[in-house]
Amino acid sequence: MKYQYESQRVAYPFFIAAMLLFVGQIVFGLIVGAQYLWPDLLFPAVPFNIARMIHINLLVVWLIFGFMGSAYYLLPEEVEGEVYSVKLALVQFWLFLVGGATAIAGYLFRWHDGREFLEQPFMIKVAIVIVVLMFIFNMIMTMIKGRRRTSISIVLLIGFLGLAVFYLFAFYKPANMTVDKFYWWWVVHLWVEGVWELIMAAFLSFLLLKLTGIDREVAEKWLYVIVGLTFFTGIIGTGHHYYWIGTPAFWQTWGAWFSAIEVAPFAAMVAFSFKMVGKRARNHPNRAAALWTVGAAVLSFLGAGVWGFMHTLPQINYYTHGTQITASHGHLAFFGAYAVIVLAMASYAVPNIRKIGPTHQKAEIFAFWTMAVSMALITLSLTGAGIVQVYLQRILGMSYMDTQSHMTLFYGLRLIFGVTFTVGLVVYLYDFFFPNRAGAALIED
Amino acid sequence: MTKASARNMFIGSTIVVSAILLALTYMSHLSYPERTHPENITARVAYGKEVWERHACIDCHTLLGEGAYYAPELGNVMTRRGEGYVRTVLETTAREGWGTTRKMPKFDLSGEDIESLVEFFKWMGKIDTNNWPPNKEG
Repeated sequence: MKYQYESQRVAYPFFIAAMLLFVGQIVFGLIVGAQYLWPDLLFPAVPFNIARMIHINLLVVWLIFGFMGSAYYLLPEEVEGEVYSVKLALVQFWLFLVGGATAIAGYLFRWHDGREFLEQPFMIKVAIVIVVLMFIFNMIMTMIKGRRRTSISIVLLIGFLGLAVFYLFAFYKPANMTVDKFYWWWVVHLWVEGVWELIMAAFLSFLLLKLTGIDREVAEKWLYVIVGLTFFTGIIGTGHHYYWIGTPAFWQTWGAWFSAIEVAPFAAMVAFSFKMVGKRARNHPNRAAALWTVGAAVLSFLGAGVWGFMHTLPQINYYTHGTQITASHGHLAFFGAYAVIVLAMASYAVPNIRKIGPTHQKAEIFAFWTMAVSMALITLSLTGAGIVQVYLQRILGMSYMDTQSHMTLFYGLRLIFGVTFTVGLVVYLYDFFFPNRAGAALIED
Repeated sequence: MTKASARNMFIGSTIVVSAILLALTYMSHLSYPERTHPENITARVAYGKEVWERHACIDCHTLLGEGAYYAPELGNVMTRRGEGYVRTVLETTAREGWGTTRKMPKFDLSGEDIESLVEFFKWMGKIDTNNWPPNKEG
């Protein structure tokens, strides 16, 4: 079990950077979670807004590192040819790492742009565009030079092109806040409920192909059904963000109908993974990678699909909008869909890059369940907090801060499960950084 | 269903829904004069938005329900608290910070900054939000 093309190894630094930034994200997540209980923690050196900015920006940066690394691993096997330029990939890697690290460090010194999730200062935004264009150029050239064109590689390319195109709306900052918010969602929503799902579905298909040995034709048909459902529901589904921000009331109709079926592509991913695993032609030795793969489908279905549906109708969203209900959905959706698919790709690809077999399977399976269950419980805790908030503040009209004092129990639970999540992460990283060479070397020959 | 027909459905439906999104976007722009009164976005209001962004207010507060959930909604803060109170909070923040449990850090706010933020909040409060939030507590 090893990589088939020498250039696939360029994925390795991307995965390492992703894991290190992931650690940073969780550290700041714990800080933010603790500040809900002890507001004086790190105040005023690292106030809540800065810590939260770092928590979420690190998430986005490590996921994109993971996406790029996964793509560099996947492409050569898909198109049957080496990566067009390993040198370009490495230049792009360092540029992204330095740019990302500068942005995060800058936040600590209040160097930011002040729009939620798009806090990157102008120069960093330009650097991000350059990095992504370098990556896409490398990807397209690899596909052109390759011996075959597969649907997985094409869907992946569409996903990355969309990621680049929609990020451009981050540069538009009109003075009218309603218009600002409208196009802000063209980055945020059309990324995570649009083009990122294509990237995820492409990785899912690739992993199922490799892990189960199913027929490519069947997998690629599923892939098109999934991404077709994604765009069909998600593009007009943008409207579920346009209920209360000054945009016309007709969005309540369009947004409700289409976003209500945004669960469909995730349901299709669950059906796809269970069906393929059920019909598998072989039992792959890397059982942990298979668990992460199926886990991505199931957890994204729950987090993005079910928890998203719960508050997507305007009749409900009128009361839940801007409460901890949104935060609860955000956590399981991002973790289930994007963090888990990157961890699945890493679990599959990294042992192959190291030319060793899968290691520490038991530890990794323990890590999966610990992280997945912890994140589900974080989500349930925040849902509890959200229900209290909706009832006291939105229905009874209690003031914001008074309401918050009744939510402490749930914030406490959230922090506890944040700590258990960290335990799972530590176990995962132990396997990632210290593979068991003695047991694994056997498979090399 | 074959792979080719699945692919064609993907392409076809994407074109249709994208066209609908663009049409609805165009119709939204037609509604902004009435719903947001852009003629009232004075230089002060626009500068107030810049001050809002300079201090990353959105990463603690919500504005029309969007942002972080660590501090109160501010889209309707003028209705809830009144101009005098908002001004007091901002002036105190500029001197020493605000709050007893969860605190707002001491922000470097000039008189001009405070004035502009007040104008910005006033303009925000007049946006037609389809009657959101459910009550003045936000």
